[in-house]
Amino acid sequence: MSPALQGLITIVIGVGGCVAYFYFSNLFLDKVLYPASGPNAGRNINRANMIRPWLFLAPALIALSVYLAYPVVETLRLSLTQRVPGGGYVWVGFDNYAKMSGEPKFWEALRNNMLWLIVVPALSTAFGLLAAQLSDRIRWGNLAKSLIFMPMAISFVGAAVIWKLVYDTRPADQEQIGIMNAVWLAFEGGPLSVLFLKIVPVLGLLGFAFAVGLMAWVLIRPLVRPSGAAAGLVPLRILGAAVAVWLIWVALRAAFGLIGADLPYGVPQTWLTIPFWNSFFLMIVLVWIQTGFAMVILSAALRGVPEDTIEAAIVDGANPFQIFFKIKVPQIMGTIVVVWTTITIVVLKVFDIVFAMSNGQWETQVLANYMYDKLFRANDWGVGSAAAMVIMLLVTPILIWNVYNARKEMR
Amino acid sequence: MAELKLTNVAKAYGEVTVLSNINLDIKTGELIVFVGPSGCGKSTLLRMIAGLEKITGGEFTIDGDRMNEVPPAQRGIAMVFQSYALYPHMTVRDNMSFALKIAKKSQAEIDAAVAKAAKILQLEPYLDRLPKALSGGQRQRVAIGRSIVRDPKVYLFDEPLSNLDAALRVATRLEIAQLKESMPNSTMIYVTHDQVEAMTLATRIVVLAGGGISQVGTPLELYERPQNEFVAQFIGSPAMNLMAGEVVETGAQTRVRLANGGEAVSSVPTLAADMGMKVNIGVRPEDLLATTGTPIFKGEVEITEALGEVTLLYFKRAGGEAQVVAKLPGIHTDVRRTTVALGADPAKVHLFANGISLRHR
Repeated sequence: MSPALQGLITIVIGVGGCVAYFYFSNLFLDKVLYPASGPNAGRNINRANMIRPWLFLAPALIALSVYLAYPVVETLRLSLTQRVPGGGYVWVGFDNYAKMSGEPKFWEALRNNMLWLIVVPALSTAFGLLAAQLSDRIRWGNLAKSLIFMPMAISFVGAAVIWKLVYDTRPADQEQIGIMNAVWLAFEGGPLSVLFLKIVPVLGLLGFAFAVGLMAWVLIRPLVRPSGAAAGLVPLRILGAAVAVWLIWVALRAAFGLIGADLPYGVPQTWLTIPFWNSFFLMIVLVWIQTGFAMVILSAALRGVPEDTIEAAIVDGANPFQIFFKIKVPQIMGTIVVVWTTITIVVLKVFDIVFAMSNGQWETQVLANYMYDKLFRANDWGVGSAAAMVIMLLVTPILIWNVYNARKEMR
Repeated sequence: MAELKLTNVAKAYGEVTVLSNINLDIKTGELIVFVGPSGCGKSTLLRMIAGLEKITGGEFTIDGDRMNEVPPAQRGIAMVFQSYALYPHMTVRDNMSFALKIAKKSQAEIDAAVAKAAKILQLEPYLDRLPKALSGGQRQRVAIGRSIVRDPKVYLFDEPLSNLDAALRVATRLEIAQLKESMPNSTMIYVTHDQVEAMTLATRIVVLAGGGISQVGTPLELYERPQNEFVAQFIGSPAMNLMAGEVVETGAQTRVRLANGGEAVSSVPTLAADMGMKVNIGVRPEDLLATTGTPIFKGEVEITEALGEVTLLYFKRAGGEAQVVAKLPGIHTDVRRTTVALGADPAKVHLFANGISLRHR
């Protein structure tokens, strides 16, 4: 049988089965179990209406428990056990977690995940917002939007293949096919090279460090200088500030490293093997994909900003930047948070890109790929499950916050 | 202190001209109301004065300075929008101080201006609330407060009351009148489609129709001496009755024989050359009185609407004639289905030829 026909039959059976389930179970409830006739008609109708939601929810509930709830419990169990050679398992308590925390690769993965977690959502949301705003009022804006959105349609592995070509390296005597190396070879060490490869990136890093510092100050200020308003969430504030300090340190170290670095001009680089920076080369792939998502959602939100508040701001004398940052952005802050957290969750689960491009070598490891490594390459289901639990622990609070914000947006 | 002058101002969207030949002088301290039916361009004209719409023809000056190309913030205007247009993410205080912050005024100056406006508008208890925690009337007051703090030369109001319910509308209308009273030197331009607002608030009313100015005048001028049939029917409720006829006697008083068989005498003088001219007479419903003499109109009352202080009588239509409405003081529900003869004081009978009032030629 042709696979297309098979697919069609599957669809028909699947959809038909769903329709049949809802129709016949509803019919059974109304006509056989609690018929709306006879001496107890009123009572029967009430009972049927109490059962009906559960009837309709049942398939989803069953699927969710079998494919979501059960695996979580099972993974938790596995993370507390260890395989015994020759079959069976033994309970080992938190040994797997202890073992994992002793591995430098795990900490590398956690650190990289942290960087991904901050860089990718920030850049995707920022670029998405920029694209949404810039493409809003121009005639070819919709064309630009379609082009920016297109990477969303490409699978992560496909995107990884595309970007592997961008970062491709050939021996020095051959022609380079990767754009990165083509651009790189155009720099020969003159003043322009210093400007674009040292001054601009260093300024960017310093700016980033400064911005993070500001954010940390905003978080910490209420604790240092107690004002009238109560400063809630003290542990979260301290945690956020600690992350910020770490980020500043990372950025400053990179900046000073870059200033002192003797850049090998004229030599093609294997980009994905340059520690620290290669993680960013991988992040760019995800940013490239997620910017389209952020742009579409934020574009809709920007359109929803009442036109007269913008006109009022014009009359009030605000310039376009002030209108954007003080009138438009605050009004779509809820949507920005939803977009940000949604991308954060994607980032925490990131696997395909790292797997296909570097497989976690050269210090690019991330948690999901680490888990895959342990689970399927090292066949160590205990540590693999422990890594999975760590990912889940990290995703859950963000997920809850995301759902909370999304619901607030809808209200 | 602001004199506004519009000279041959026009607005066109590509090929479509929506406003043309707008000439208007507005003096300091006036409250000018733009009124007209939907789509007459009154809001567009206001937005052109605000600078939110480009002026595509003619010249607009404030105190003699050409404003056509000046950005809105530098025109010295402040605008109150129909839907309030409060910044939803800012407190009342921040809403009112936004313009001043943009203008980089000192904090002390901002605080003083906000405090003063809040006092005038009785918004002091609400300064730290967000707009969503305010009622419609309070939001409208914040919108007005946002204008006051800027101390503009000209206040622009774009249908500010149309989002309020009837009771609140009357109260807020009164507040705006009081506000005007407390700032006698401020110039205000107010757009509305509601003629009651226009009549009660305006120093002068500008009636806009068909892409141009139909008439400019004080409320009573428009009511007593409308220049054309449009203004005659637009101002006053129910609208003025128009009846077709022919001039049969000229002089200091004019006698018109009407197509419906009645006869009307108007105090509008006519020349001998006007004898036999086709005219429309116009009589306001409140000027029609029951008469025993030669009636202007005689017909059967179809419907009565008793409003307490007055009763509206709607007469049966005869042929293609417009429905005649009379407004009599007191309660007269008993005249339904009876035939009533109506006359009017000659001073209250208007004459229109080709839509233009004969009093104004």
